[in-house]
Amino acid sequence: MKKIFNKKNLFALLAVVIGYLLIFLLVEQDILSRQYRSLLVPIGINVILAVSLNLTTGFLGELTLGHAGFMAVGAYAGCLVSMSMPGLPSLLNLFIALIVGGLAAAVFGVIIGVPVLRLKGDYLAIVTLAFGEIIRSVIVNLDFTGGAAGLKNIPKYSNYTIVYIAIVITILVIVNLVKSRHGRAICSIRENRIAAESIGINVTYYKILVFVLAAFFAGVAGVLYGQNLGYLQPATFDYNKSIEILVIVVLGGMGSIKGSVISAIIVTLLPEVLRGADDYRMLIYAVVLIVMMLLNGSPRIAEWKGNIFSKLHSIKKRPVAQKGE
Amino acid sequence: MALLEVKNLGISFGGLRAVDDFNISVEKGQLYGLIGPNGAGKTTVFNLLTGVYKPTRGAFSLDGVNLTGKTPLQISKAGIARTFQNIRLFNKMTVLDNVKVGLHNQRKYSLLSGILHSPAYFREEKAMDEKAMELLKVFDLDKEAAFLACNLPYGKQRKLEIARALATNPKLLLLDEPAAGMNPNETAELMKTIRFVRDKFDIAILLIEHDMRLVTGICEEVTVLNFGTELAHGKTEETLKDPKVITAYLGE
Amino acid sequence: MNLISQLINGLNVGSIYALIALGYTMVYGIAKMLNFAHGDVIMVGAYTVYVAINNLGWPPMVAVVFGIFVCALLGVVIEKVAYKPLRRASPLAVLITAIGVSYLLQSLSLLIFGSKQIPFQSIIHLDPIKIGALTISGEAVVTLVTTVIIMIALTLFINKTKAGKAMLAVSEDRAAAELMGVNVNRTISMTFAIGSGLATVAGVLYACSYGFIGPYMGSMAGIKAFIAAVLGGIGNVPGAMLGGILLGLIESLSKAYISSQLSDAIVFGVLILVLLIRPAGLLGKSRTEKV
Repeated sequence: MKKIFNKKNLFALLAVVIGYLLIFLLVEQDILSRQYRSLLVPIGINVILAVSLNLTTGFLGELTLGHAGFMAVGAYAGCLVSMSMPGLPSLLNLFIALIVGGLAAAVFGVIIGVPVLRLKGDYLAIVTLAFGEIIRSVIVNLDFTGGAAGLKNIPKYSNYTIVYIAIVITILVIVNLVKSRHGRAICSIRENRIAAESIGINVTYYKILVFVLAAFFAGVAGVLYGQNLGYLQPATFDYNKSIEILVIVVLGGMGSIKGSVISAIIVTLLPEVLRGADDYRMLIYAVVLIVMMLLNGSPRIAEWKGNIFSKLHSIKKRPVAQKGE
Repeated sequence: MALLEVKNLGISFGGLRAVDDFNISVEKGQLYGLIGPNGAGKTTVFNLLTGVYKPTRGAFSLDGVNLTGKTPLQISKAGIARTFQNIRLFNKMTVLDNVKVGLHNQRKYSLLSGILHSPAYFREEKAMDEKAMELLKVFDLDKEAAFLACNLPYGKQRKLEIARALATNPKLLLLDEPAAGMNPNETAELMKTIRFVRDKFDIAILLIEHDMRLVTGICEEVTVLNFGTELAHGKTEETLKDPKVITAYLGE
Repeated sequence: MNLISQLINGLNVGSIYALIALGYTMVYGIAKMLNFAHGDVIMVGAYTVYVAINNLGWPPMVAVVFGIFVCALLGVVIEKVAYKPLRRASPLAVLITAIGVSYLLQSLSLLIFGSKQIPFQSIIHLDPIKIGALTISGEAVVTLVTTVIIMIALTLFINKTKAGKAMLAVSEDRAAAELMGVNVNRTISMTFAIGSGLATVAGVLYACSYGFIGPYMGSMAGIKAFIAAVLGGIGNVPGAMLGGILLGLIESLSKAYISSQLSDAIVFGVLILVLLIRPAGLLGKSRTEKV
């Protein structure tokens, strides 16, 4: 048990508590304007979506454009269940809804996991995009989902505290998983599938596992989303939403959980910050996106960045090395 | 009964018989060489023995267990490990983690233990760290444990690949051109390491190599492959003097 | 009779998809990247032609040629500015950049022309052809004829000319083509120019068939065409034609006989099924990784 309460974990725990207290103060003391307060839950939902997609894209290394589809399945399944048991206390109701939503999405994770085993790269991207769109069209055409008009009168049990807890659990599960033998197996598949197989990694199992876990958390995010707004519309879950989540992951850095969190906050806040420049919002977003990718990906710029970092590094390192002597 | 028994193994790619009627038997603890000119089908044999390709004819078994047509996963668990001609490391993972992935099926804990970081997690991770460091020490890689694999120099990458393969606790290790790209000093050192590994881990080693100094230096027996079929086999010294073999290498 | 008119309708839509899919597939073959912004290039093409006819008062044919020129140039500029610096970056980085370019084109058109769809007067003045009870619109006739001509011309270009063979060589093995003296940069630029030029033709035909243009018109058509390219085997020119036509037929038939709302889902479902059976698409060659 000593190991669980080591310095690093205690520090993380402290950060989690302080983070929550900060948000609590900002909200309860009316420091945040109404607009920003209403963004807390959407930010949190994007954090969960991005962190879970990062497991698929960053750690397993598979490119998918259907994350919004899992979110949709979770949202509808969870919210429908929640509406069907009005007698239950709100917390219990929400809890059941979250589990049902997550599990329903996870089932779809298994279904989409099958093509994942046969396809790779761009082909997988387009199949997952198609898959997400199929889910959306089917929801539009079903009666009990409310069709194109959407699902209304969903109980609004979700709030920033619940979302905060959900974020902490999501991050904890994914970070711990990545640090375990299972996480190493997942990363080894990304690095070199053939070598991973040759040393006895069950590639099939781990690919499906990742898709199921990512889908589960996307489903949970969907339920939180529905129970925050009080209604669901199929159009929300189109491929543009999937792309938005992917953009968050890529901007934050593949395989970086911290990056995903920060990037989710920025990308969700960006439209609000640019509210004054309404007409130019999307233009600015597009330009930022292109410039960021060019800065990150261009070899010449990467080299230049590398040089600066190594200089900074050597400056920082020198005193430490002397101490060692 | 030999450790590895291969009987009439063959594979065709669209009518081309890449490997045909291949037989070999490797004893426990033996150092066996597989040589032949470029394109003779040596790496294809390795791919057949590790399940990357499914043989179209013949059979092979390890320690009496038939492994014909099994998946790479099953074959790895049965005790065959390999390295690759074009090094295949987990480049963006640390040297230590590369070896720890190799230990995946040796030290286990459940998915739930991994997610919850239960006591089993800490116990097994510690054991894995120790075992991995021990392996790295054999190859003089322990100082680089925290490096990313892609940052190692070429020669050390080859060694890391062997360490990773050994982590799976194999009975038979397949080395695909371990000395490729090494200078004579490094090759000499590698020969020592290979012998040491065979003795310490008590395994058989089957290796593909073009460097004849290494082959004559450490292999007790060789099989010569040409155009996908066996040209000759037997004690290394004698086989290499075989006129057929010399012709295959140097031409008429 | 209804079936035949649905088939013709499917061929009409399918031809437009095929023209757009050609752009996706050629760029993928050469640059190994999904040019997500390609769908929006057809929007730019349609708007350019619209402005040339309605604001500048140019004759339609001149306007179309002008549009082709503008989009070809746009395609080359996009490649040079946004994609070329990323040639050695991960495919994901390139994909996201392409999405950024797509958003950029959409938002620019939104700023200039507003979000409302603009009615587009068809520039095709051909009387419908009547065969018995069957009527084929002039738009459909022109679309089909144009597509067939373009496909023949493109096939000849790729297989018979030096520039076309250079394209094939670059798509087969860029490094080897470069060593053989093929100017890779110029070949890539040319591919983008041709693909984007075709997008203009597709955009105009689309606008004539549907009677409107809007900032997002390229978005869904682009995705569909993209799917068509993948269906036929991305990187494969005949595959894009086949995929486009098939997609148009499936869409039109499922709209008529199953459900108009589920037609997209059916199209996507067919794609998934085909890829499960043939992971590289109908005409694509799957390449196995050498161990």
